[in-house]
Amino acid sequence: MMYSNVCVAFIAAFLICLPCSALAMHISEGLLPFNWAALWFAVAAPFLAYGLFRLKKISKTDISFKPLVGLMTAVVFIISCMPIPVPTAGTCSHPCGTGMSAILLGPPSSILIAAAALLIQALFLSHGGLSTWGANIVSMGVMGSFAGYGTFILLRALRINLSVAGFFAGLFADWATYLSTSIMLASGIKGADPFMPILTKIVISFIPTQLPLGILEGAMTAGLVVMLAKRRPDLLIKMNVMKSGEAGV
Amino acid sequence: MKTLAAAVIFLLLAILCSLSIAIADQDRWPGVDESVVQKIAQEHGRKAHAPLIDTDQGDLLLFVFLIAGTIGGFAAGYYWRILMVERAPKVNKEKT
Repeated sequence: MMYSNVCVAFIAAFLICLPCSALAMHISEGLLPFNWAALWFAVAAPFLAYGLFRLKKISKTDISFKPLVGLMTAVVFIISCMPIPVPTAGTCSHPCGTGMSAILLGPPSSILIAAAALLIQALFLSHGGLSTWGANIVSMGVMGSFAGYGTFILLRALRINLSVAGFFAGLFADWATYLSTSIMLASGIKGADPFMPILTKIVISFIPTQLPLGILEGAMTAGLVVMLAKRRPDLLIKMNVMKSGEAGV
Repeated sequence: MKTLAAAVIFLLLAILCSLSIAIADQDRWPGVDESVVQKIAQEHGRKAHAPLIDTDQGDLLLFVFLIAGTIGGFAAGYYWRILMVERAPKVNKEKT
């Protein structure tokens, strides 16, 4: 107990003290033409509406749901604006955190969390943009959450243990986010040029940075899921993350 | 084992922190938004605009990140405590 608290305090202190600047992967303000930006807003809107509906519905019956949403919002916000240097690439980028929030809360709430984090970042941290908020919600929120959740559910159905399933969920959530960012960017900037060469170029440019960062995000996701399984197995059972027979993993 | 794990975590965080300090000191280690997203967009005639509230001015952005990190860290700790302490199921410690 004491050891865990010291570790959490250490990590929190380091995260808060990290000297950061706007080193991000979100699509910046004004990069997408109006029609593409509007399209991504339209795609994101129903997911946000459903996320709000689910949040209201579940929090009426489960008193632990709102604090868990609060915790995950803070975690996703911090993680998704935390630049991590990747020495092999000489660049910086950040994990997304939507894989872990989707596992714990389900994709609809995870999308809502991503939207809140992205809005604050766009407004105050020069990170992403208001015109590209819809596109960033779709890539980080929708694609990241569904990729992470889908991977986790699939691996758990195959009786893979919690930590391995959590690892791959985080990994694929991260990679799916960057792949969808590449698709959106390529679609928006291609003009009269062919789509595939631009997409390939963007994806290849992301690989040196996101390959190791995806692995880091996988490790973080696995760590959080396993830690919660040890500390609050009842919470994970209630959220259908694990079965009651697995308590004490 | 616990000491080793703590040492590894500390070492990793120290490396991360020193690398991050290196970013602040030198104009290297650009983010992928600059090195990939904005660069490729610019090659295709799209340029990023200044944000609505432009905090990317000198050390102002560092200050805003510090505030955001503090609030985020506080919120995370607050909800962690609610979940792990206040609303955790009571264990009967007398039954050992």
